[in-house]
Amino acid sequence: MTENINPKKNRFLTNFQDERIILVFLVLLIAFPFVMNLITGTGLNEGVTKFWQGQFIVFFIMAVFAMSYDLLMGYGGILSFGHAASFGGGAYTFALLMKHWAPNFMSNYRIMVGSINITEAIVLIFVFLAVLLISILIGLLFSATSVRLKGAYFAMLTLALGSALYILVKATDFHQWTGADEGLHGVPVPLWLNPTQNRLTIYFISLIFMFVCYMVMKRMVNSPTGRVIIANRENEDRMRMIGYNPVVYRTIAFVSSSIFAGLAGALYSIWNTSASPTMISAVMTINALIMTILGGIGTLIGPILGAAIMQTISQFFYTWFGARWPLVFGILFILIVMFLPYGIVGTWRLKRLDVKNGWKRITGMLSRKE
Amino acid sequence: MTQETILEARNLSKAFGGLVAVDNVNIQIRKETMHAIIGPNGAGKTTLFNLLSGVMPVTQGRVLFKGEDITSLPPHKRAHLGIGRSYQITNIFPNLSVLENIRLAAQAKGKDNFKLFSKADDFQQYIDKSVEVIDTVGLSGREFFLARDLPHGEKRKLELGIMLACDPELLLFDEPTAGMSSEQVPELINIIRKVVQQKSRTAILVEHRMDMVMSISDVITVMNQGRVLAEGSPHEIAKNEQVQIAYLGDLYGELT
Repeated sequence: MTENINPKKNRFLTNFQDERIILVFLVLLIAFPFVMNLITGTGLNEGVTKFWQGQFIVFFIMAVFAMSYDLLMGYGGILSFGHAASFGGGAYTFALLMKHWAPNFMSNYRIMVGSINITEAIVLIFVFLAVLLISILIGLLFSATSVRLKGAYFAMLTLALGSALYILVKATDFHQWTGADEGLHGVPVPLWLNPTQNRLTIYFISLIFMFVCYMVMKRMVNSPTGRVIIANRENEDRMRMIGYNPVVYRTIAFVSSSIFAGLAGALYSIWNTSASPTMISAVMTINALIMTILGGIGTLIGPILGAAIMQTISQFFYTWFGARWPLVFGILFILIVMFLPYGIVGTWRLKRLDVKNGWKRITGMLSRKE
Repeated sequence: MTQETILEARNLSKAFGGLVAVDNVNIQIRKETMHAIIGPNGAGKTTLFNLLSGVMPVTQGRVLFKGEDITSLPPHKRAHLGIGRSYQITNIFPNLSVLENIRLAAQAKGKDNFKLFSKADDFQQYIDKSVEVIDTVGLSGREFFLARDLPHGEKRKLELGIMLACDPELLLFDEPTAGMSSEQVPELINIIRKVVQQKSRTAILVEHRMDMVMSISDVITVMNQGRVLAEGSPHEIAKNEQVQIAYLGDLYGELT
């Protein structure tokens, strides 16, 4: 009986095909700018090729944001409407430090290794560490609210917390720092990261960023800790009864998800060379929610697909329908949810398992008769 | 059977507003016994269970486990001490496989819960343990079924398996046979008897099936309206007049 117990071969929630698919996509995406360059004849840093690189960069960053949301909602079962706080928090931390602190620091100090000036690199590392710290703090803040509240009450509180941060960045009191309504514009980023002059660099950085985030999150949800986080989604009472403290695992889910979102936000801030209140608004959270649901909750690869679809659709729908495109998209979204309630990837996995089990039953029946 | 007490409730009370569900209950569970708690609906059995397992805060009184005060200990810490609980309403992880349901419970007491970047399925010790438990409760061959796809009787076995995988010393069974057909009951009783005796565990059992209670328990506590009405061996309880009036009388009256 026990010899066929090999969970590595029979895992339900994970599958190796995912890794193969994502590798194929990685190769395709690496080749994309060069293929575009060949087909259209436009240079790597101009015209159509450059435009589509931009579209893809936004897709990569949004995919990470959506995946981080999936980690929280799809795996942890935590429905937060304030997730944009982490994304926007990362973006604002980056923009604020780069705009107000980095220029001063760089004009006053010069850190040299031999003849190479590494001040800029040190500053960037420091700023990203700050982004990390702020993300962790925001994650802790949100998880603190989940200690006592559940369900709708918890969702409302996360919405309120998110809105509070939104109002904070829009406050005119801090206009000289945050730019209030307009946000922070013209954030000075190093030349090699400049989205206009060196778009290809950002393209590859964000592509690798997405890929690494996917691998790390995939690893996390299959780790002992990740499995307990999934148990929190499934049945909190039971989880507590077998000896897990739900608060601890929810905090881990919140903080790790917040870190990914914060880093995505910082990268988004580099891409836009700005940070604006929209990045921290509830609309941002809803976008992540839509991408996640579209692709499939609790699949990780689903949100990536969802982000790609969102990005493509918003691009084409805008040219076709003008400013009313969200209306058309809304109808499409409702239809997708009606027909594919588990999202695209989720539904596909369900059906695939049915097919697989069907074959297993047939072979099982045949072998039993013999 | 030893005389050592493993769990003790002292003057335990629980009130929901004006309703006193558990009223000044004193109960001593001796080690390595099968202790049944019976009583009509609304007698406070499940509430007592919730107090013993820590799901609800007590209004008054104390709970002692092996002489240690655990009254204010949260459920997950009680689980680590060795108190396991099964539920009256099936309480499993519906969208996970049977193996994963039990593996999670097996992992709980280990030291690998905070390894964020290693693969859960590489920890063979938990899987071995789970397979052993799956064998014990008779779910072999069902390892990769989703828990929600199991028939009711097997969900009850899974419920039992989750509790067993935590390797508790004291098992709290809240109506383990609830909703099962009478043909399935003997098998489950045998499993319960086996797991309790095998590792000299102690069990507290809330149950409605009188024949079952009478045959497997060593001690029976009868509760009525939140109070302890009587306590004794099955033989003594069956003869107790008060109990007959409050509880058994009705049931046997219906049967005859």
